[in-house]
Amino acid sequence: MRLVTRETFRSFQRAPLLSALSVTAIAFSLFTVGLFGLVAVNLRESLRGLEDRVEIVAFVLRGTPIETITLATQDITSFPEVATVAYVNEDEALKRAQQEMVEFRDAYRDLRVNPLPASIEVRLKEGFRDASHVAQVAERIEGFPFVDDVRYGREWVERLDRLRNLAGVVGLVIGLAFAGVAIVIIGVTIRMTVLQRAREIRIMRLVGATDGFIRGPFLLDGAAKGLLGGLLAVGISWAAFLVFRRSDVLALQSLVFFETRHIALGLLFGIAIGLGGSLVSVGRHLRNV
Amino acid sequence: MAYPRGGMALKDLTFRVAKGEFAFLTGHSGAGKSTVLKLIYGELRPSEGEVRVSGFSVGEITKQEVPRLRRRLGIVFQDFGLLQDRTAEENVAFALEVTGARLDSIAAKVTRVLTQVGLASKARSYPTELSGGEQQRVAIARALVNDPPILLADEPTGNLDERATRGVFQLLRDIHAGGTCVVMATHDLDLVRQTTHRVIELREGAVVYDSAETPIASEGIS
Repeated sequence: MRLVTRETFRSFQRAPLLSALSVTAIAFSLFTVGLFGLVAVNLRESLRGLEDRVEIVAFVLRGTPIETITLATQDITSFPEVATVAYVNEDEALKRAQQEMVEFRDAYRDLRVNPLPASIEVRLKEGFRDASHVAQVAERIEGFPFVDDVRYGREWVERLDRLRNLAGVVGLVIGLAFAGVAIVIIGVTIRMTVLQRAREIRIMRLVGATDGFIRGPFLLDGAAKGLLGGLLAVGISWAAFLVFRRSDVLALQSLVFFETRHIALGLLFGIAIGLGGSLVSVGRHLRNV
Repeated sequence: MAYPRGGMALKDLTFRVAKGEFAFLTGHSGAGKSTVLKLIYGELRPSEGEVRVSGFSVGEITKQEVPRLRRRLGIVFQDFGLLQDRTAEENVAFALEVTGARLDSIAAKVTRVLTQVGLASKARSYPTELSGGEQQRVAIARALVNDPPILLADEPTGNLDERATRGVFQLLRDIHAGGTCVVMATHDLDLVRQTTHRVIELREGAVVYDSAETPIASEGIS
């Protein structure tokens, strides 16, 4: 292992320019993936913001005893899909309407009887905010005899569903395409390293080194370059993120950066690409010489 | 031995070199000298016939066994084949390291073999700081460091001036005197005539002359 590590360092020392080029190529390839990833993460964040607004409102028949509603509320809370349940009585509904609909404030004030019904507002847990789950829960709530009507904006939820699916597919396709291009570029740079050391490989073979032994330093070299490239890509992505967030024109102050686990995944991806690229390039070279 | 695109590189070639023997392979360029050596160290496989080297049958060994065959051989080339960014001792040590030798035994072996080729004082020199003859001595030291029973030399004096040639040739003879079998390909007939070692002359891939008086006992090289 000591020998493999030493040979890897030697490779960096011997061809600093080529090594720097490889690391930069890996970094920029991963950066394009990262940039796309940032868009995807932020798109998902925005969708999550929209999802948060998914709410089922069940209007309660006038005169329903509060005990019945309390029991039903407890029952609904125990649904596996449900995150929170809130009961809004008639008075609160009126108060809220007065606050939210300022233009009708006078009309509400002159009312002798409160026309607004009480309601139960149900929010679902993350992962259950798609059209089919929402519809299922709404149907179950509609089954309570005291429930007059249930609303959840079916069309809006369905549209959100389509948007989410589309974003998922487009994200996957573009992400894979970017990753594919990154793998090709990285493969080419590693191949250059292998060709640059062809003479050394030949000598190693002639003095009786096994192919497994010859591969060792190249694999570590590839992994190290992948890791360095990954770290550099994270740095560039962070810089790009700051530039976008500070930009007044784009108004993207609410942008979010990758979570730590995403960064770790990106670095692992860099290492995997470096390793894979080296394995393929050295393997091909060893087969052909 | 056939060329990949047709035609024969070697044809009806049969000879046997005994343990501890010194044999010249001579002939013009293209006669097949290097091809014979490549067959011996497993760079090429015979398309027909058998090549036996130190217990290995080159035509039948697996790819994984080739390194084991090469550890039984020392190989020296006309162009020295040294790594330019390593010192003489690092070049020699390299041959031990890549074969998985114990790290604590390497330094002593390298010093011993560099002393043997007369280059102990230049152990820390890089190839560019050495003359052609000295570089070839380093290459020979590298070939010897694993104590191989067979040393193959492909035109080892081809790039050297007369004085360096004499020095390198004498070194090879000394190595032979120590019991190592040496097979040296060369087209330098002056060199060949200086000694009484066995001469195998090739022409167009066939043996046209073999100075060995004994009749051919079996095929291959042992």
